[in-house]
Amino acid sequence: MEAPPEHCPGVESEQAGKVSACAGCPNQGICSDPSKKLEDPGKALVAEALKDVKNKLLILSGKGGVGKSTVTSLLTRYLARSCPDSNFGVLDVDICGPSQPRILGALGENVHQSGSGWSPVGIDDNVCLMSIGFLLGSVDDAIIWRGPKKNGMIRQFLSEVDWGNLDLLLLDTPPGTSDEHLSVISYMRDDNQPESLRAILVTTPQEVALLDVRKEINFCKKQKIPIVGVIENMSSFRCGNCGNSSEIFPAKTGGAAAMCAEMGVPLLGSLPLDPQIAKACDSGEDITAIKNSTTEALEGICSRIMTSFRS
Amino acid sequence: MLLEQVNNIIAVLSGKGGVGKSTVSTQLALALRNMGYKVGLLDVDLCGPSVPYLLGLEGREIFMCDEGWVPIYTDESKTLAVMSIGFLLKNREDPVIWRGPKKTMMIKQFLTDVKWEAMDYLIIDTPPGTSDEHITVMECLKEMQCNGAVIVTTPQEVALDDVRKEITFCKKTGIRIMGIIENMSGFVCPSCSCCTNIFSSNGGSELAKYADIPHLGTLPIDPRVGVLAGTTASVLDELPDSPMANVMREVVEKLKSVKL
Repeated sequence: MEAPPEHCPGVESEQAGKVSACAGCPNQGICSDPSKKLEDPGKALVAEALKDVKNKLLILSGKGGVGKSTVTSLLTRYLARSCPDSNFGVLDVDICGPSQPRILGALGENVHQSGSGWSPVGIDDNVCLMSIGFLLGSVDDAIIWRGPKKNGMIRQFLSEVDWGNLDLLLLDTPPGTSDEHLSVISYMRDDNQPESLRAILVTTPQEVALLDVRKEINFCKKQKIPIVGVIENMSSFRCGNCGNSSEIFPAKTGGAAAMCAEMGVPLLGSLPLDPQIAKACDSGEDITAIKNSTTEALEGICSRIMTSFRS
Repeated sequence: MLLEQVNNIIAVLSGKGGVGKSTVSTQLALALRNMGYKVGLLDVDLCGPSVPYLLGLEGREIFMCDEGWVPIYTDESKTLAVMSIGFLLKNREDPVIWRGPKKTMMIKQFLTDVKWEAMDYLIIDTPPGTSDEHITVMECLKEMQCNGAVIVTTPQEVALDDVRKEITFCKKTGIRIMGIIENMSGFVCPSCSCCTNIFSSNGGSELAKYADIPHLGTLPIDPRVGVLAGTTASVLDELPDSPMANVMREVVEKLKSVKL
């Protein structure tokens, strides 16, 4: 496939075929002609490649560093443990800052090309992962790409990876409401089956995070993506020495609960700020088998998610 | 030349989100103002602008003059000028759903169409990543007198992985790295004074050593700093004896000593 011009506005954009970057592009004629308005051909390829994937779940947050990747891995591992007969896939859509290879303990693994496309990396018997992290030579390698190139990569991840039969594909996203998010949604949204692609939002309790998460909720509403609910992460910290709890990120405005009530979205639960999780993320360890306050909270969150999928 | 009345430009970067870029940017700007400098603060995080909230400037409107947009001044002394897309949104909950080219145009406008007056320091707060916003800022800064970039990280590996990518980005795009600030390093329990390294510790200083760049300082987790959000209070005034204030003072001195 030939790369699109660097400043390509995207074929579905109103600007398609009209901006300066379109001059000289072999597709300019098609893009600028309203009667030939085409759907991105990638969409059909993605639909074909994901035909055996039953449910898709976007893990979103307007804000960075709130724990999207951590929550993605915790949910995947907890669900995979409680449903051993179901298959789970994780796609890391964070192109500039992929975290899943480390968090799921697959640093340094390679993806292999087979006749049916890239094979995702196996994490467990029923969990597999694809991330741009597997395609980089070193952790220091930077992906210095503008939007169109990131979109091309995401399209490849969705249409050229051999995901096979999956009960649930979780998509870990970067912060924001921009290229990566629009691409994933435009490729995966099925207007005949709007419930097949849903979103979970992750936030922390302080207003500076909630502010961006409110934007993300409105993004989902505008893009017509059903919201399963909000998970509040890093809610409180219990000192390991004296046992007293502290609010590290103070919920001056009522935290996720107040925001959820205000915006009419369900709160799925709260995860504590647990140094053990931070450590497990660095080492790629699976802590979902341990009994503690985190896994207890996770149990409630996962059962609420499962209920929403059944309904 | 763009921004020719600006003496020093410092970009605050991190590959990782939520490590404290905006907190460091605003506190850096406030500290410099405290020391008597005229300061500008430009927020190029278009999808998640935090600066208006952190400085308690939400709801303020941007006006146009003949020379372009007039930035928001925090008070009548006009010693701190702020520009953010947050001021252009009708509603604080409105998402900015833009692809790269539109973001690029907006950032160029922030640099060229804002009536920045003469100032000693311009701090640029950025979103996480190494993509459109960053490429655009770096391309524009090449034509200007940019002192360099301050990199913010938290100590855990999963953040350092992304920050290492940002360092490569700076090297490839030819921007000088003024140093690394390690944020959220250790939390001292207010009841028993026991320090827990929630997000590990020393990751930033070790990365500085590994990448051979200066380590500017290490900031602890201090919920009192979060409570300052919504005001233009500098930690130097409000919490003068706190570790955060002490480190910020040192950081500013180190940054001031870096000449073009």
